[in-house]
Amino acid sequence: MKYESQKVALWYFAAAMALFGVQILVGLLAGAVYVLPNLLSELLPFNIVRMIHTNALIVWLLIGFFGAAYYLIPEEAETELHSPKLALVQLGLFVFGALAAVVGYLFRIHEGREFLEQPTWIKAAIVVVALMFLYNVTMTVLKGRRTVITNILLVGMWGIAVFFLFSFYNPSNLSLDKMYWWYIVHLWVEGVWELVLASILAFLMIKMTGVDREIVEKWLYAIVGLALFSGILGTGHHYYWIGTPGYWQWIGSIFSALEVAPFFTMVVFAFMMVWKSGRRHPNKAAMLWSLGCSVFAFFGAGVWGFLHTLAPINYYTHGTQVTAAHGHLAFFGAYAMINFAIITYAMPYLRGHRPYNQVLNMWSFWLMCGGMAFMTFVLTVAGVVQTHLQRVLGMDYMEVQSQIALFYWMRLGAGAIVALGTVLFLYSIFGPAREERPASIPADYQPAE
Amino acid sequence: MTERFTKAAARNIFYGGSLFFFAAFVGLTGLSHSYIVNTSTDKAGLTDAVARGKHVWEKNACINCHTLLGEGAYFAPELGNVWLRYGGDKDHDGAVAALKAWMAAQPSGIEGRRQMPQFNLTEKEVEDLAAFLEWTSRINTQSWPPKLSG
Repeated sequence: MKYESQKVALWYFAAAMALFGVQILVGLLAGAVYVLPNLLSELLPFNIVRMIHTNALIVWLLIGFFGAAYYLIPEEAETELHSPKLALVQLGLFVFGALAAVVGYLFRIHEGREFLEQPTWIKAAIVVVALMFLYNVTMTVLKGRRTVITNILLVGMWGIAVFFLFSFYNPSNLSLDKMYWWYIVHLWVEGVWELVLASILAFLMIKMTGVDREIVEKWLYAIVGLALFSGILGTGHHYYWIGTPGYWQWIGSIFSALEVAPFFTMVVFAFMMVWKSGRRHPNKAAMLWSLGCSVFAFFGAGVWGFLHTLAPINYYTHGTQVTAAHGHLAFFGAYAMINFAIITYAMPYLRGHRPYNQVLNMWSFWLMCGGMAFMTFVLTVAGVVQTHLQRVLGMDYMEVQSQIALFYWMRLGAGAIVALGTVLFLYSIFGPAREERPASIPADYQPAE
Repeated sequence: MTERFTKAAARNIFYGGSLFFFAAFVGLTGLSHSYIVNTSTDKAGLTDAVARGKHVWEKNACINCHTLLGEGAYFAPELGNVWLRYGGDKDHDGAVAALKAWMAAQPSGIEGRRQMPQFNLTEKEVEDLAAFLEWTSRINTQSWPPKLSG
């Protein structure tokens, strides 16, 4: 850690990880309700459980992105943050808003559309928090060195804020509602979030492999270019069956098939950098998460997305457990894992230690990734069976669900493994660390660039 | 290759290309907007009751168990065509009555069966919800879902 103000990232990572813990706990409960339907059904019905599970995910990923930005921007811009105090106030407000929303959900206070269930005043507060963040990081970048990484990161972050504004538009025509809803949901996760992901990954590659910045930056442009060229019109794969015109079946099929390309490029990029440099960074766990992120993003977002993205296939699989399988692995591989990567990389610097608890951290990697992979497989099989019974044979929904109960049991087991990995990860990050960093070499492991 | 594909070129391709595709996307959604309003959905039938029913749907977070036109949670049946499953296209009043009876009977409390919460909706709210589901069933979805089972 070269700059004092990077320290604010520590609080962001702590808050993100606390919410991640909530997400996993509630996810376990949701998985349990699938196999034991009467569990807590009067006290805490499934719709509330699911709302907390998805909202906690979105919020912790965003807090993690904010933390990553506050960590890497001073190093990239070679200057202290514009206002570390503002960053902490922003975090306080955001965490308060998130907790208020969750407590409200428990008391059935919610409104709006899927993932955007927040009451309007919380949505407004989110906008205020986003503006504080954007002001802070933009000012920092403007006064310091500008790099491709900070440029792309800023475009991504501004994009997140701009597209969120569509959450205030809720027409009473359901088809219109759905079309503009995807301006947030799709253009976030298959658009501007990918910019954030790619720039964090590029930062980690520069730091851990020491490969020349020029090379990394050119790759970064290529990756984010492919992401937006395919991803923007790829929104069409959500416009097949909601009342939109038929031309989306062609546009959506073609462009979303291309959405595999940026993720494949990311895998090639990450492994090429590591292979080329031949450098051994002491934080092996961070390296593992970074490489793993590219691979799991490729499979989860790329391959599993492609599986059901073509319109003639999607006609049968849309809204089945196939979608659930894809959703779980895509969010985990692309966005949860990039957070684990930057957190694993940054925590030793933030705490002033040598990389610590690495074996534990790498165990958590294999447990979480193994659990998520297994969960994806069983949900995929469940989805294929469901598609056949329900969409081809025309069997009743609830009858089909009882036919695939076995897979839900296996999914719960997989979820328990992920939860175990989560506990290990949290301990490896926040638990005791033995080796202090010698004061004489304050910023070692950092490449000269 | 290295000389010709400079970083500046990569940057220009990224920003230029992204703007181009975004402009194309906005244009196409603009076209779709007017298609939805004028062609694929029932403009005249979008009454206040339908709008209120949509609000009932949102207020109670139905989307976090059910799917609607395939989007939502995957815990409970698809409702985009539930109006047709209830036979509402043939017997309007019968379907509304059936929906009222269904909503009043929740949760079923049957052991081992998924439970739908009791939302304590008023009679009028259920009627609005029925209007919303009826309107939704008439959206031209390119004949999705493939089966009545949703």
